[in-house]
Amino acid sequence: MSSPAPRFAPGTRVRVHERFPPGHVRTPWYCRGKIGEVERICGRFRNPEQLAYGNREATQEVLYRVGFASASLWPDYGGSEHDCVEIEIYEHWLEPVSGDTA
Amino acid sequence: MDKARRHHDMGGLEAGPVNRDGHDHAPWEKRVDALMVLLGRQGILTVDELRRGIEELGADAYDRYSYYERWMASMTNLLLEKRIIEVDELGERMAEIETGRREALP
Amino acid sequence: MNEPAGGHPHEHGGYDVDPTHHHPPQPDLEDTPLARHQVMQMAVTSLLIEKGIFSGDDMRAQVERMDGLNPGLGARLVARAWTDHGFRQRLLADSKDAAAELGIDTGPIPILVMENTPETHNLVVCTLCSCYPKFLLGVPPDWYKSRNYRSRAVREPRKVLAEFGTELAPDVAIRVHDSTADMRYMILPIRPTGSEGMGEEELAGLVTRDSLVGVAVPRAG
Repeated sequence: MSSPAPRFAPGTRVRVHERFPPGHVRTPWYCRGKIGEVERICGRFRNPEQLAYGNREATQEVLYRVGFASASLWPDYGGSEHDCVEIEIYEHWLEPVSGDTA
Repeated sequence: MDKARRHHDMGGLEAGPVNRDGHDHAPWEKRVDALMVLLGRQGILTVDELRRGIEELGADAYDRYSYYERWMASMTNLLLEKRIIEVDELGERMAEIETGRREALP
Repeated sequence: MNEPAGGHPHEHGGYDVDPTHHHPPQPDLEDTPLARHQVMQMAVTSLLIEKGIFSGDDMRAQVERMDGLNPGLGARLVARAWTDHGFRQRLLADSKDAAAELGIDTGPIPILVMENTPETHNLVVCTLCSCYPKFLLGVPPDWYKSRNYRSRAVREPRKVLAEFGTELAPDVAIRVHDSTADMRYMILPIRPTGSEGMGEEELAGLVTRDSLVGVAVPRAG
């Protein structure tokens, strides 16, 4: 069974969904709704949001590393404008940035 | 929108200086770690379930417990949920160990 | 889902259920029911052994295996990378294959090696729990698991580094890796000045655990 190709290529700007579900997720709160850039595609891994509740048939999701300018995460950030935070985020938490060409 | 942040999800919060003092892991802590590895290998628990269980301990226990206490509490609850062990036998075994009626270590 | 309620006295009374156990010195946890979880560990382990889920030997073997994992493994990879350019490239591209050349197993979870340069300093944290490259560094230190480190490393990394005695030039960019999912991270530090002429073993001796997490940098002499 072939899996669909990853939706986002390295270098693509993406926005993290601004969602706040109650259960187990691995997308840190501080990056929700923020815009970053795909640093690399890590591969496909079983969805932790399903695994956490005992689902042994958890679906495979594409995992990305997304880089965020630290100054875009923290309005009062005092460090260098080149500082960044890179976070592993699954594809279903990412959306294209409107206005960008796909 | 309710932007509720869950207790364990603490990146970016205000906090004090990092205390660099450490401790050598006690034998019981190593056994807790080993327990998780063995249960994972047997397909009984996933690390995702372990984490979910830790997050569900509640903020008070999360802050009060040490790292491997959280692990142990979460694993025990998961094993009970999955009926790998039963409440009665666990209670009885703990009482036997506490009162010295049973040698504890494998 | 809640922890079974009920406090438990800190002391065991007149018996000792585990002659090898001692309370770790964690002053901030002095009043927590530490003993209760030790008893729980013993009870759960003995029940699982009785049920045939694993054996006492499996448990002992796993503890021993973990005791064998320590930052010396990561340090050997760094020392080789400092002395062998081809190896450095292979380590950055695929740490599993590169480590295997030295007979080191990086384990089931991919470990990405991030290289410090004069322009960029890397730092690792897990804000959600305490993900850590155990196969190359052993178990994480207490500070890595602490609320203060997990909260602040992503937001004020320079201040956190300063608390570890690490001062970076203002024009050095900091790249913080939040280890949230299925990757783990090890830092390849810059080879320190003053280490010219050192052999691989001596170089490995300069590579501290903290420098592999990125809160410190190796120093020679």
